[in-house]
Amino acid sequence: MLIDTILFYIFAVLVLGGGILTITRRSAIHSAISLIVSLLGVAGLYLLQQAEFLFAVQIVLYVGGIMVLFLFVIMLVNLDQAAHERQFSRGWTVALAATAAVGAEIGYFLYRGKDAFQIASNGGQQAVQALGNTEMIADSLFSEYLLPFEIASVLLLVAVVGSVMMAKKRV
Amino acid sequence: MHPITTIHYLVLSAALLLVGTVGILTRRNIVIILMSIELILNAVNINLVAFSHTLHNINGQVFAIFVICDAVAEAAVGLGILIALFRNRETVQADEIDLLKW
Repeated sequence: MLIDTILFYIFAVLVLGGGILTITRRSAIHSAISLIVSLLGVAGLYLLQQAEFLFAVQIVLYVGGIMVLFLFVIMLVNLDQAAHERQFSRGWTVALAATAAVGAEIGYFLYRGKDAFQIASNGGQQAVQALGNTEMIADSLFSEYLLPFEIASVLLLVAVVGSVMMAKKRV
Repeated sequence: MHPITTIHYLVLSAALLLVGTVGILTRRNIVIILMSIELILNAVNINLVAFSHTLHNINGQVFAIFVICDAVAEAAVGLGILIALFRNRETVQADEIDLLKW
């Protein structure tokens, strides 16, 4: 139990530290590498919660796929000039104030509702896990959520065709 | 040291959501705005997996897979738009793209 607590705080520091570095670095490459640290921290949190399949998907797809795409575009687009210009938009005080208001709202909600979450976590009967995590996800995905699964594949097809069309020089 | 409960994950997820929101609203570089969107989607996934673990219900993780799927589609299309935009306007700063403003 103690090791879980320590690991949670390590991963939480990775997630939040990586996120904050992502939005504050001047160079886009540094931001991308900080984002990789943050995404790996999220993968560790999945592992802590026995979501092994999502852990693998997070590393293979996010860190291996999306981040390579980001780095590729950063290399392709010339960002040298942008790194020497002003990094934050003019209305950043208003943006920070609005975000602080939303944060206060969420914080108040979590503070008032924390007992409800604790009851839910202790009251639930420990389910007998006859199947593995991946097997349970597959059962749910291919039976209950079959139609959304197929729609997601159509979405990915449209995204592939759309991004090729956008990036092409002459259509 | 207290054991980690659902509320810890929810607070972490809310903090990550706020970090992503600040990134979207304050940065000028479009690449970093797209990265902030990834941060927000990851905050949602932490929430979904935390409730899936608490309630012993696998559907939360299935939804997290759909969210990841959306994130992939969004990143691909967004970066494609960015390349087309850079080719036409020679800039990646969000506030210099004001063709539709008057």
